[in-house]
Amino acid sequence: MNVLGRLGVPPVQMVMEGRLALRSKIMKITGVVAVSAALALGASACGGKSDSSGSGGGGDTVTLGFMGDLTGENSGIVIPPKQAAQLAVDEYNATSPKVKITLKTYDSQGKGEQAVPLVKQAITKDKIVGLIGPAFSGESAQVDPVLEEGKVPSISASATNAALATHGWKYWHRLIGNDNVQGAGIGGFIARQLRAKKVFIIHDASEYGKPLAATVRSTVMKAGATTSVDAIDVQGSDYSSTVNKAKAFAPDAIFFGGYYAQAGKLLKQLREGGVRARFLSGDGSLDKGLAAGAGGTTANGSIIGCPCLIDPNGTAGAASKKFAADYKAKFGADTAIYSAEGYDAATAFIAAIKAGNTTTEKINTFLSTIDMAGVSKKIKFSSAGEPTATDVYVYQVKGAQLPLLGNAKTATVK
Amino acid sequence: MSLPLLRRRRTNLNNLFEQFWPYTIDGLSLGAIYALMALGYTMVYGVLRLINFAHSEIFMIGTFAVLGTLHLFGMPSNVSGFALIGLLIVLAVAGAVASGGSAVILEYVAYRPLRRHGASRLAALISAIGASLFLQQLFARVVIPAAFHLPKEKGALPIQGHFVQKSDAVHIGSFELSNDRLIVIVGAVLMMVLLDVFVERTKLGRGIRATAQDPETAVLMGVNIDRIVTATFAIGGAMAGVAAALYMLRFEETRYDVGFLLGIKAFTAAVLGGIGNLRGALVGGFLLGLFEMYGSAIFGSEWQNVVAFSVLVLVLMFRPTGILGESLQQARA
Repeated sequence: MNVLGRLGVPPVQMVMEGRLALRSKIMKITGVVAVSAALALGASACGGKSDSSGSGGGGDTVTLGFMGDLTGENSGIVIPPKQAAQLAVDEYNATSPKVKITLKTYDSQGKGEQAVPLVKQAITKDKIVGLIGPAFSGESAQVDPVLEEGKVPSISASATNAALATHGWKYWHRLIGNDNVQGAGIGGFIARQLRAKKVFIIHDASEYGKPLAATVRSTVMKAGATTSVDAIDVQGSDYSSTVNKAKAFAPDAIFFGGYYAQAGKLLKQLREGGVRARFLSGDGSLDKGLAAGAGGTTANGSIIGCPCLIDPNGTAGAASKKFAADYKAKFGADTAIYSAEGYDAATAFIAAIKAGNTTTEKINTFLSTIDMAGVSKKIKFSSAGEPTATDVYVYQVKGAQLPLLGNAKTATVK
Repeated sequence: MSLPLLRRRRTNLNNLFEQFWPYTIDGLSLGAIYALMALGYTMVYGVLRLINFAHSEIFMIGTFAVLGTLHLFGMPSNVSGFALIGLLIVLAVAGAVASGGSAVILEYVAYRPLRRHGASRLAALISAIGASLFLQQLFARVVIPAAFHLPKEKGALPIQGHFVQKSDAVHIGSFELSNDRLIVIVGAVLMMVLLDVFVERTKLGRGIRATAQDPETAVLMGVNIDRIVTATFAIGGAMAGVAAALYMLRFEETRYDVGFLLGIKAFTAAVLGGIGNLRGALVGGFLLGLFEMYGSAIFGSEWQNVVAFSVLVLVLMFRPTGILGESLQQARA
């Protein structure tokens, strides 16, 4: 069950740093959306129309784009889905289809200001018929309006910010559960599998941690649990007032909405303070740094939820097992974070092209009705572009590793 | 809105009364670290009328010296009892030497040239902020990645060093006092007493007080100001180094910006107690720690800092010179 240990330079650690960065970018970037939308208008006015619908029609090769941070400091989180998408495309091309697919990558470095010119180039010059990405929520907020203007469908494998689905974009999709889905999944796990009656909720007051904790709270309250809430200061190091509160509340389970750096410290201080309740957290804490911060074996048994499926041993099912084996055979590495989602995103586009759709409009129409099995989840989108599947996976800390425990709906804990 | 809110406040007050001892002990052990750090601010202010904003980085350097020393000892784990106290003394000395040394270097590089050229006190203040940022980034980008063999972009991550076996030293009814908290509180008070005796009784201490009181007359009386300033920085830095050792004992983790919030709090403690006053730093530190804990018990932990600074504002409204006032200057030599 050596999930994270064999990933080489621990990419998941980078992953979560990336996540920190990408989430903190989200709010700053929303203000820029209006500007970039205006820019996009300009771009499509000078010749976008004919490009967007005419691309690739009738040719024997179409181009798919993949956009994300491929060389920057958060690339550890983006390279696995890129490789998985490449795997899907190569598998498809190997079947000698009528229309072959070229996967073209766009290295946005995770930055919106680099991503916007790249996506314009992708639409007008490379005439992509679809885009896998952008990887992060922050850059998505800037790039997606441009795609919308250019009428190019996109599927992100990793942008989880809930607000992305609220803009009424017709060409935007994602194959990863958003933060609300994650909160509901983890909350359901606490209420059903752990049967917790008293849940102590802690958050880091961030725009990621606070709403996630709130969703978990409302979910467990609906299931009849009583809760108490406290917040910690990410800058601070002394969480003893939170520990005292948790101790007085005597919970069955503790959920923390925030990132691993604080989660480790918090868990350590909780245990030192004599609070023994099971500790749970969200994808922001899906990192070895959690166990390191808590020290020794303190974090053992803690459960981390994530809408992502990281399953290098293929325990989640036959499709996952085949994918893990193929991925390993091709890249010599275990599947990692978001690789299954990246594979599924590519699979969705491939299914559209296989069905004879080679224009952006037709592919987008196909995606609105697609309904097929994927590796991470069922590939089916709501009208807002969200995945209809609400799978959340739980991982249990074991030493320095984070092996997959299973789907939050069915997983059981010893 | 108001009724549930009122009810919530009442349960929170109950929470404070029921958990009075845990909150008090946590407040005191937090305050002890504030107090030791506040000494550095207060001494430098007393002598030079300068707020040494880089003091928080002096503390940070101390925590890394402690961590380095732990590595020299082969990273022991679960130390307890007398072995822990012995180890802590070694760590405190290491922290004090590193912090005191860097404080002296800092003074040579960042403040002395300005003083020599008669620059305004504001220039020194900017220099202090610059030194603070420089040291933070130096550690995040160069020192930490090099020392811990990390890729460059990971220098900002927390670095752990778990070595303490935590246990309850005292346990009477609901009154629990863990060994680490006990050591932190006792250690801080001990250092305070030592420093107080040093400043009151020794020749160097007399020189410090004389300089604080009236630098020009002190020079006329044969006090070597440069020596006094160096000593002040060395002692203030050493206290921060001891605080760093106690901090590491309690939290076992540090980061390049670990001193930032602590530094602001320690500065607040110094102002609260009366900046320039050594005993004021002790009083201010402990009071601030207690206010923070009681405040977060009643209003929620997210209000911890708000409560602390509200108390500061209230105290300064009625006692503008702080609780004990500026007595380092007024003390009779």
